Amino acid sequence: MTHFSAMSLLKNALTGHKNWRAQWPDSQPKAEYDVVIVGAGGHGLGAAYYLAKEHGITNVAVIDKGWLGGGNTGRNTTIIRSNYLYDESARLYDHALDLWENLSQDLNYNVMYSKRGVMMLAHSVHDVQSFQRHIHANRLNGVDNRWLTPAEAKKFCPPLNISPDARYPVMGAALQMRAGTARHDAVAWGYARAAAARGVDIIQNCPVIAIRRGADGAVEGVDTAKGFIRAKKVAVSAAGNTSVVMESAGVRMPLESYPLQALVSEPVKPIFPCVVMSNTVHAYISQSDKGELVIGSGTDQYTSYSQRGGLPLIEHTVAAICEVFPIFNRMRMLRKWGGIVDVTPDRSAILGKTPVPGLYVNCGWGTGGFKATPGAAHTLAWTVAKDEPHPINAPFTLERFTTGRLIDEAAAAAVAH
Amino acid sequence: MLLINCPYCEETLPELEFAYAGEAHIDRPADPSALTDEEWRDFLFIRTNARGTHFERWRHIGCGRFFNAARDTVSDRFLTTYKAGQPRPDLKEAAE
Amino acid sequence: MNRYRIPGRGRVDHDAPVSFTFDGKSYQGLRGDTVASALLANGVHLMGRSFKYHRPRGAVTAGSEEPNALIGTSRGPGRFEPNTRATMQELRQGLVTESQNKWPRLSFDIGAVNDRAYMLFSAGFYYKTFMWPRSFWDKVYEPFIRAAAGLGKSPSEEDPDTYASRYLHTDVLVVGAGPAGIAAAHSAALAGARVVLVDENSEMGGSILSDPSVRVDKAGSWTWLASRLAELRALGVRMMTRTTAIGYYHQNMVALCERLTDHLDDLPQDAPRERMWRVRAQQVILAQGALEKPLVFDGNDRPGVMLAGAAQTYLNRYGVRVGDNVAVLTSHDSAWYAAFDLADAGSRIAAIIDTRDDLRADLANAAATRGIRVLKGHTATGTKGRLRIASVRVNPVAGGRVGKPAKIACDALLMSGGWTPSLHLFSHTKGSLAWDADSKTFLPDHKTEACQIAGAGRGLWGYEAALVDGNAAGMAAVKAMGLTISEGRFEVEGDRPGTGSSQKELPTDRSAGKAKAFVDFQNDVTAKDLRLAVREGMRSIEHVKRYTTNGMATDQGKMSNINGLMIAADALGKEPPQVGLTTFRPPYTPTSFGAFAGYMRGETFQLTRKTPIDGWAEAHGAAFEPVAQWRRAWYFPQPGEDMHAAVARECRATRASVGIFDASTLGKIEVAGPDAVEFMNRMYTNPWTKLGIGRCRYGLLLGEDGFIRDDGVIGRMSPDLFHVTTTTGGAARVLNMMEDYLQTEWPDLNVWLTSTTEQWATIALNGPNARKVLEPLVDGLDLSGAAFPHMSVAECSVAGLPARLFRLSFTGELGFEINVPARHGLTLWNALMESGKAYDICPYGTETMHVLRAEKGYIIVGQDTDGTVTPQDAGLTWAIGKKKPDFVGKRSLERPDLVTSGRKQLVGLLTEDGSKLEEGAQIVLDPNQPKPMKMVGHVTSSYDCGTLGYPIAMAVIEGGHDRMGETVHIPMPGGIQRAKITSTVFYDPDGERLKA
Repeated sequence: MTHFSAMSLLKNALTGHKNWRAQWPDSQPKAEYDVVIVGAGGHGLGAAYYLAKEHGITNVAVIDKGWLGGGNTGRNTTIIRSNYLYDESARLYDHALDLWENLSQDLNYNVMYSKRGVMMLAHSVHDVQSFQRHIHANRLNGVDNRWLTPAEAKKFCPPLNISPDARYPVMGAALQMRAGTARHDAVAWGYARAAAARGVDIIQNCPVIAIRRGADGAVEGVDTAKGFIRAKKVAVSAAGNTSVVMESAGVRMPLESYPLQALVSEPVKPIFPCVVMSNTVHAYISQSDKGELVIGSGTDQYTSYSQRGGLPLIEHTVAAICEVFPIFNRMRMLRKWGGIVDVTPDRSAILGKTPVPGLYVNCGWGTGGFKATPGAAHTLAWTVAKDEPHPINAPFTLERFTTGRLIDEAAAAAVAH
Repeated sequence: MLLINCPYCEETLPELEFAYAGEAHIDRPADPSALTDEEWRDFLFIRTNARGTHFERWRHIGCGRFFNAARDTVSDRFLTTYKAGQPRPDLKEAAE
Repeated sequence: MNRYRIPGRGRVDHDAPVSFTFDGKSYQGLRGDTVASALLANGVHLMGRSFKYHRPRGAVTAGSEEPNALIGTSRGPGRFEPNTRATMQELRQGLVTESQNKWPRLSFDIGAVNDRAYMLFSAGFYYKTFMWPRSFWDKVYEPFIRAAAGLGKSPSEEDPDTYASRYLHTDVLVVGAGPAGIAAAHSAALAGARVVLVDENSEMGGSILSDPSVRVDKAGSWTWLASRLAELRALGVRMMTRTTAIGYYHQNMVALCERLTDHLDDLPQDAPRERMWRVRAQQVILAQGALEKPLVFDGNDRPGVMLAGAAQTYLNRYGVRVGDNVAVLTSHDSAWYAAFDLADAGSRIAAIIDTRDDLRADLANAAATRGIRVLKGHTATGTKGRLRIASVRVNPVAGGRVGKPAKIACDALLMSGGWTPSLHLFSHTKGSLAWDADSKTFLPDHKTEACQIAGAGRGLWGYEAALVDGNAAGMAAVKAMGLTISEGRFEVEGDRPGTGSSQKELPTDRSAGKAKAFVDFQNDVTAKDLRLAVREGMRSIEHVKRYTTNGMATDQGKMSNINGLMIAADALGKEPPQVGLTTFRPPYTPTSFGAFAGYMRGETFQLTRKTPIDGWAEAHGAAFEPVAQWRRAWYFPQPGEDMHAAVARECRATRASVGIFDASTLGKIEVAGPDAVEFMNRMYTNPWTKLGIGRCRYGLLLGEDGFIRDDGVIGRMSPDLFHVTTTTGGAARVLNMMEDYLQTEWPDLNVWLTSTTEQWATIALNGPNARKVLEPLVDGLDLSGAAFPHMSVAECSVAGLPARLFRLSFTGELGFEINVPARHGLTLWNALMESGKAYDICPYGTETMHVLRAEKGYIIVGQDTDGTVTPQDAGLTWAIGKKKPDFVGKRSLERPDLVTSGRKQLVGLLTEDGSKLEEGAQIVLDPNQPKPMKMVGHVTSSYDCGTLGYPIAMAVIEGGHDRMGETVHIPMPGGIQRAKITSTVFYDPDGERLKA
């Protein structure tokens, strides 16, 4: 692997950039691996990287039906934060945040993790109560999160409309300064390059047809479009397609896949310094380094694998953004797109072992998977390597849907009286 | 925006007039107390999440009725809709 | 007269000069000009700076695909917009425009230093550096990168304009009013179909507007166009110009954005700026034509270098010659016609340089007739000129070898790399494309929607081909609807058919690594960048795009995608379709946020539900809070009072005498029918069979997962009728849930459900004097404690109004809730206020309601519960009908985690020092532990303005019901609070007062 640095860039610039080498090889599958990871997004590639780096397991393949990083990793609005309510969630996302902070240096790939602060707007007394609860819980968990008055929120984000006459007036905000954004593609590429450098095979355009199980019920490998690949351990990290892949191993999942839409504006000079989320009006916004306003929407109401999504939701999202930030009314939408998010009944992830020996799953991140990438990848690698969960992902079991020990962030936030 | 046929109104109307209501043909057990925790979990949470033909429920907000639909989740195209309580249709027939 | 304008030529009005400014300088154009055509008429080619290298740029197109000539446009306060395409913005009197992304000025831009460091800023350079020292990314590198990027400035004021939206249903929607679209609309309309024809330009005609020399049906093309458009109008075709089809959605819904005022000299009063149409068509005909591709060679971005088709448009449509001495570089026949038109209009054609070896004889002859020098089998290897092209360097290519260069002086260079069918909308439908190896382009393949593609969109070239194909598309569309029409015939003279070749970057004799051969002009992506991306392992076009940003500029790849694909495919040694094509996404062209938001703005952003008493509350100075979709009176401050003082007064008044509260937002559902009791038994946790007529009960509703969803008092009006109340936010959810179970699980039950939330106005009277206030107004009911005890309901007359009267209490005081038909709500309120005068009746809001109920230990679902709380957790086990075999959620209550010990349970909290707790504050057992601390619960409700004289709180605490009397700790930023766990009932625990 060519080490990236200002010096290597300069040296290559002087030789016309002819000497850069492929950041990862486009591998063909071997007959057998110690671990096969299904899904070459940030989560899957990251898990391969940590398997190699921290557990010495390098005979690993990451396979994907398309191109690496082509799913939700490359389609999300790149918000990173950890100010979740429940201890279990806060710990997992804060673990991810710790890894985000050093990820560029760790991977020798600038993922542009930008600590610009994520501000969540409270629009009702109920929101205020809910956010205060978050802030108090975060404080005792050692997670950064603080309360801002409307005036303080406006100072932090000048385009914000804090008029008390707004349909949903801003009654305050919760701010996590340590939170921010990162360059989504670079996360997939950085993990891919670093994993490949440690011997991991990345096999693209190779759809998994089925997970094969032996007579004892344990995993034997995966049947793919490029033939059978033997593996004692298989980890599924396939986001919206998880149900379909797991079904082939005889495991039915508590998941539903929904379209999630996002959009960007035309690029403009820096105007928006942070990330703002408003759950009440369902809109999320930041400004990319390129200058585009990046805006996230909610999910459409019906399950779908079409990656399309409808117009009414987008109209509502844009209206919400213009209501909270009226100066953007004359900005123009440049592009909108859809992803497929897999959602669990309690809106928290499933990350751990399954009833099938040798089969592991990482799914159900809903609309929040990108921010968890390093944390999910790191704990998934641990779980696969040791065949037992890391303490951080231990609560995120599949069994919780049997026992009722749910981690229901949505229920805790969204009930209005 | 999808167009959806309400089998009660026999009218095809835009999606805005409908609310999605989850997977169809999951009957609430007659005697839930007789179920194991696993069986009850399956009823509560386990979903087919089909990639392709999906049997699902919608509610027509206009007339208030819940009904069933078969929809292709890859193209989002409705294959057919039918009244609640009716069995899964033979889709070959519906296509004709 | 403008130096480059040809008198009388084009479709502009030569008698109507229009003044505008660009970067502070005044210019004159003509009515019908765009900003770009007017600037070109004035000899101004330099219109902008590029994104990364800040290179000087001019208009390269004459349409909506323009990547370079982006300007800021403004019209007074609040009406500024960045990144407007100068090639689309019509001139209007007094239009103010400015160039972007430059400092201090367009002709001398400090940012152009980036251009010198070109070799450093290769594709993906930022992924490889800016990592050391770590803290510099946030503070130094990123702010620098952000400031350098971004093109125009954001608007900074609120937009004074309004936007509209409409629905439209039609038989046939035709997108694109060029020859194919017009022919399609014509045949469909003749067949009797309802037809809508839209075009993004200010007038219809498409390529015909740029080709007046062609003759159709024995008339000049413009004459034919005028008569055909008149005919369409007469046939009732709805024709919409300045209307862009931005997105093609499921089941033939197409979104159109119509621009209504940006071109007008004077803003009409109260007219929307733009209107979003959501068109549902039985058949859609896509006749969007084709987009011309640039050629990729060193210096192809210099101002004065533009597409040949654009120059032809500027000449024929606007009467503007783009130069005096024009060179033409092409790989397609079409550019020859542009050269001929310009030559005939008086420009000198320095040369036609064709990359092909075999030229069409008729074109060569036509060039010879005009004395134009022709260089075949040539390449271009560079251009010169600082802010405008001065010369192009050309070399012969023979047998793959690039020969000696020659310099050709010119002040404009027209290029054509062939044409790409415009299939963006087709792509939105997930229709598939097939690579056509002959024309080296993608053509439409499998369709997913009921649509036809016509003309150049199918790779057909020339007017006759477009007209015939459009006609056929119209016929096919109406045939699908059961209509027929005979085939139309077209006689075209002077047609301009053509073919050409697509290619990667042109061959060069110089170091390819040093060439600045642009593929994506705006984002400054060069052929070299694309090859670097491939070298670095980017194997799919999606990776190449994302790594280099090719195709991600505001033209969304309209200029760059196919050229980028050809180069990437060449670098990979693959055929283009194996490398793939990036997906086109809506909108087709950038579309204002305002148009998407439409009417959803300000007061009409989302409806605000108001009760019949809302106006009274507003007139009496109420402060309001938003609750779900409602606005509710929060408290009624008197002069000088803050919220705390007002609430304290309202609490005291209610406990001491009587308070009045607007409870109309409570959800109300009538459950009626012979099986109503059975239905209630199955839905709610409580037993209902034995509830007497005229009696009420607190009802608790669970989700099937066993957690509390809603609650409310439910009255039995008759054996088969229940009056159910729900929480304000839960009304619709509860009714939906009830309907779901009734219709799909228990269709055998004979029950009807009706939402009556909006039908009843509900007013609560609470306090020891409540009966005294109410009694004089009641007819037909004995209100005495014996005759009408706590938890009773009856129908009677109140203040002469038909009423459903409940005796219940959410405050712990003697209480009544009076329901009257909503239209009488205010009448009743006024009557009660009048009757209550003698008792100093006090209106109170939601905050006082919350305080009073908390003192009594009544929960608020959603505040004291959060979707993870069971009836046992909330201390509501008494509300469960133990003998019932089943109810919604019952089975879940037996799940292992719901019966385990240590669950968080609802308790009361009293601080030891009498300080108030904060809602949401977290509770620990050991305050000295390190972070992360083990939290055992949190404060759900907390108030200090009640009537007890000390603050109270409710909380959920692990195993709380078994910890009564224990002390817990609440670590706050300012210190640790200590509180004792108590019962949740702080006030009148024996309920003497409410039974009064």
